[in-house]
Amino acid sequence: MTKSSSPRRSALAILICMFALSAVVFAGDPPRPAEPSAKKEAANAPAVVHSFDADAMRLQGEQRFRANCGRCHAAPQKFPPRMMATVLRHMRVRATITDQDMRLVLFYMSQ
Amino acid sequence: MSGRSAAQTSDSEKPVPILSGSAGYFNFVTAGQNQVDAQINPVLLLPLGDRWLVEGRMECEGAFQRPDGGGSYGGEVSKNLDYLEADYIANPHLTVTLGRFLTPFGIFNERLYPIWIRSLQQDPLILPLSAESNDGMMLRGGFPANARATFNYAAYVSAISTVHNNLQSNRDVGGRVALFFSGPRIEVGASFQKLLQDTRTNSFGFHFAWLSTRLPLNVHSEYARSNQGSGYWVDGAYRLSQLHFWQKVMRHTELAGRAEQFFLGSISSDEAQAVGLQGANTREGEFGLNYYLHDGLKLVSSYGRQFSSGGNLNLWTVGITYRFLFPLGRVGQSMSAQGMSPQSMGGQGMGEQGLPAQGGVSQ
Repeated sequence: MTKSSSPRRSALAILICMFALSAVVFAGDPPRPAEPSAKKEAANAPAVVHSFDADAMRLQGEQRFRANCGRCHAAPQKFPPRMMATVLRHMRVRATITDQDMRLVLFYMSQ
Repeated sequence: MSGRSAAQTSDSEKPVPILSGSAGYFNFVTAGQNQVDAQINPVLLLPLGDRWLVEGRMECEGAFQRPDGGGSYGGEVSKNLDYLEADYIANPHLTVTLGRFLTPFGIFNERLYPIWIRSLQQDPLILPLSAESNDGMMLRGGFPANARATFNYAAYVSAISTVHNNLQSNRDVGGRVALFFSGPRIEVGASFQKLLQDTRTNSFGFHFAWLSTRLPLNVHSEYARSNQGSGYWVDGAYRLSQLHFWQKVMRHTELAGRAEQFFLGSISSDEAQAVGLQGANTREGEFGLNYYLHDGLKLVSSYGRQFSSGGNLNLWTVGITYRFLFPLGRVGQSMSAQGMSPQSMGGQGMGEQGLPAQGGVSQ
């Protein structure tokens, strides 16, 4: 009895934690009204540019680019920005790159 | 934004579907037995809207060898769906994944497995200790822990699947947590997996990755333990770009090495071999020499020596890998058309520390 119930309790506990975590983060950042992705990204970009020097951001982006991409493979070449946007979305999931790092890398790669 | 308006940037950053992947041809000579291996592993990336990404990878591999006693080469062509998942980017710190996904246990399976990424083509001995793919749901993400470190995590539940041999999955739960220190570029992490069927066993592991800031050197390592066995591997890859002679050749050349050990657990030798593990305690050392012909195209070679109570043997590998990447739609104005060629960006088409650029999608 204990042998079979213990794993179930563990699984249940992990499931509850996962859904609690997702509930917390979903609540903290509710989905915004639909708008084109370009507008969203544009809305983020100028805010960052105004608060930091573009050169410093580019340097930051390059550092994040080296650190995040280079952890597993040699530094990627620069693809056209629309391809980079897809690649970075993929890498954000695969390599669990933080949102901040992804934006800086995309900024650097788009220059 | 150095002269370009935000609108221009965002228009050009709208993600486009991509077909990527890798192809390779290898000769593996194990204890004198030659195996010809050809494979193509396409990856599809399909971004949908602002927050969704549907992605999948197939692994099509043909492995052919002569039968004992001679004769013509023969073998099987296997087709595996490694992953087919829908990712929903819920917020900056969380991505929800549904479908068939790569098991986040250690770093090799998720990040280093593709043939164009790995510096040595032989799988680590402990790779079969955890599942390679699972069918279910996963939560993952990352966020800055402080100014010097970022934290990343993945947690999943998986359902049992016996639908098809190449789509099978165990009923289990697991996860991985890691800290990445951006200064020294070191990542350390731990993984856990609990099987919720049959033997209901636990597996756990640790990983370490270091990318040197001074040398063109990266080091990866994993330790894993389960009832089937335990073991570790440490590998490193060093580009010879810092040598001052034959620079045109040396900057494209990479030396690689791996040391690993496997200890058989509480299962029989036959059971271990059935799941792809060694049938006895094993030590192995391997050295490789790779040459990057150009972006994405790499010649690989290696020699390894395996020591086991079942017998010692040599492992030779020669081959070629290619990473491809095509947009499945209009990419708009290219960077070169915008006056943003890699040369103009100071990269001169080269990666870090004067290395030839390569890469793109970690498949």
